[in-house]
Amino acid sequence: MKEAELWSVAVSPHVKSHESVEKIMWTVVACLMPSLILSIFVFGFQTLIITAVSVGSCLATEAISQKCLRQPVTIKDGSAVITGVLLAYVIPPGVPYWMPILGGVVAVFVTKQLMGGIGYNIFNPALIGRAFLVATYPVAMTSAWLPPLREASIFKYMAPGVDAVSTATPLYVLKHYGLDALIEKFGSLSTMYGNFFLGLRPGCIGETSVLLLLLGGLFLIYKGYITWHIPVSVFGSVAFFTWVFGGEGYFAGNPLLAILSGGVPLGAIYMATDYVTSPNQKTGQILFGIGVGALTVLIRLKGGYPEGVAYAILLMNTLTPALDGWFKPKRFAPAKGAVK
Amino acid sequence: MQATLLTFPKGGVHPPESKKLSEHLAIETLPLPDEVDILLQQHFGAPCKPVVDKKAKVTEGDVIGEVAGGLGAAVHASVTGTVKGVGASTNPVSITSASVTIQTDRDAPSRTYPLDDWRNLPVDELKKRVKAAGIVGIGGAGFPTHVKLSPPPEAKVDLLIINGVECEPYLTTDHRVMMEHPAEIIEGAKIILAMLGIKKCHIGIEANKMDAVETVRKVAAGKTSDGFEISVDALEVKYPQGSEKQLIESVTKRRVPGFGLPFDVGVIVQNVGTTKAIYEAVALNKPLYEKVITITGKGIARPANLKVRIGTRLSDIVSYLGGTQPDLSRIVMGGPMMGFPISTLDVPVTKTTSGVLFLTEKEIDRRAHSQCIRCGWCLDACPMGLQPNEIGVYVEAGRAQDTAKFGLFECFECGCCAFVCPAKRPLVQFIRLAKLKAKR
Repeated sequence: MKEAELWSVAVSPHVKSHESVEKIMWTVVACLMPSLILSIFVFGFQTLIITAVSVGSCLATEAISQKCLRQPVTIKDGSAVITGVLLAYVIPPGVPYWMPILGGVVAVFVTKQLMGGIGYNIFNPALIGRAFLVATYPVAMTSAWLPPLREASIFKYMAPGVDAVSTATPLYVLKHYGLDALIEKFGSLSTMYGNFFLGLRPGCIGETSVLLLLLGGLFLIYKGYITWHIPVSVFGSVAFFTWVFGGEGYFAGNPLLAILSGGVPLGAIYMATDYVTSPNQKTGQILFGIGVGALTVLIRLKGGYPEGVAYAILLMNTLTPALDGWFKPKRFAPAKGAVK
Repeated sequence: MQATLLTFPKGGVHPPESKKLSEHLAIETLPLPDEVDILLQQHFGAPCKPVVDKKAKVTEGDVIGEVAGGLGAAVHASVTGTVKGVGASTNPVSITSASVTIQTDRDAPSRTYPLDDWRNLPVDELKKRVKAAGIVGIGGAGFPTHVKLSPPPEAKVDLLIINGVECEPYLTTDHRVMMEHPAEIIEGAKIILAMLGIKKCHIGIEANKMDAVETVRKVAAGKTSDGFEISVDALEVKYPQGSEKQLIESVTKRRVPGFGLPFDVGVIVQNVGTTKAIYEAVALNKPLYEKVITITGKGIARPANLKVRIGTRLSDIVSYLGGTQPDLSRIVMGGPMMGFPISTLDVPVTKTTSGVLFLTEKEIDRRAHSQCIRCGWCLDACPMGLQPNEIGVYVEAGRAQDTAKFGLFECFECGCCAFVCPAKRPLVQFIRLAKLKAKR
């Protein structure tokens, strides 16, 4: 044996799992990609450009702000990419390109890096990006919907002669014209549900196809990256409160429509489950999900906006530290008199 | 056969077992080394006082260190020869510590120990022999066994659990001892039962060693005439199944209270290796000065389960096994989850060494850690229901003294949290630091 041999030393454990932050983040990105591909078929390449611009803005913002704050640049970990994709997914695809750029700066620099970087943000960065854009450019953010391509002929929702209504989101139509007007656009109720489930309707880039979002979510649950608690409680809560309060009189709402028609699937599976901004114990997660659902329905039914998932999640983000404080892991056997 | 595998309710992880390297290798005896360094503290308690001088002739099994007072266990010569020095040797944890170095006399005959019928001996004599043999918990803790086997009279002990779980990856010491010495283990269990004045014993073995389960079960079932009830439980493969508190809950559903001891719930736990040593101490009057250790990992030329004398330097073991591989990156004494790394092969084997791992770069994980992403996986992995994530964040923020509220002092450093952490955070290191600064 040579004298000069050096071995590494470190505190145990010496073996670690193969999981890593990068692996988790890039898997989430991969699970979001089918929705993007579908959106290209439905709305055209504009959606791809918007998403690319948004991701680019988030990556550049993270790199520049980390350089300026003299921190290691961590853009490879994929978290800024997720923020970029999610931001693109929650803004109308017809907005000018500078809007996702601005949104990305707010999302990554203000919401994440100024708070201490990954793991220390209070709010979901992409949603703050969206909320900032809605507050500053309300017109574009509520009307820049793209009409589906004419080639997408299966897309029954397309009315001849594009007007504001025909490209508006289903929730907008529902809020301002009622369910009958919405059904009329699709021909029949079952066609409408079918199109909603597959994603053949106007809306934000990534929130339309319930099927693809669900498949991605199931994969994340299978991998153990997220658990069912938050998505299921959000879905359940939205359905329940819509059923109770969403119709003429009580218990007359349409829970299926409420889940299929807006941003609930994207929010429930990919945004409300964000590690940093959601509770980490099961009880806290279920209450968090119920809260998101309840606030979503409240905003949809009583608020000024047709859609409320984004604000519902942001509002519940503020309760996450409290929920984590109330619902801690159950100690195996704390000693009598031990500090709790 | 039992229908379901027993296990503990909360937390735990599944690291790669990596036991294939050595689990089928029969125990071989290492030839006597030229010299041994016998540390005077190989147990939980105060170091022993040396009772031999330089140049003294000693025979294997002679006492060379006596308990100076308080908690302790005697230390014996592991070879016959001449005391070369009473001084300090490399210590695996505290860099150097007091030791006795003995030069081996290769011509001396090896000592033999005639079998004694322990059944006719009074309980006090049984305990005296365990104490005289210097037996400690050789599974790792090193707690003096004669103390553990004398629970206070108010503790109503009704069950003995023999720990054959060996949940640490890589290690196959207990596995081989169970395969090759089941009769001694069962006999040792009966000795402990006799000392405690109870009848019931469960032997817990993880289900990745079903051959050991069957082997021990066969011997245990073979001798039921003397009134002892010894049974074997197969346990789910889940780390840290072999941790004392987890094992007790898996087997009995009883939960040891915080900062409590097993006898608080009427249980005494002994490792299989310790049980065999107790058998040898009582039935053969043989002190504890040799033990089986696993030498494994992809960084050693030939993995092995070796019977070695206490005090054997690792350098002698490595040269016997053909040296190390060029890509060797880390040497760990103990298992990969809780063992400690060493920086020199001058380190001697002690009573509590269960194995030495020679790990290559591919087997360990040296990725840099990043900020906590609050995934909460450590909360799910922690078998004690603690909050390692918060302790880590507090330590980083310079508030280590405020971490007792997260259960800091209930942590036994099993490493589950750091194993699952996707940000590769050194949570056990944070916790150890916090333990130095926080107040209970």
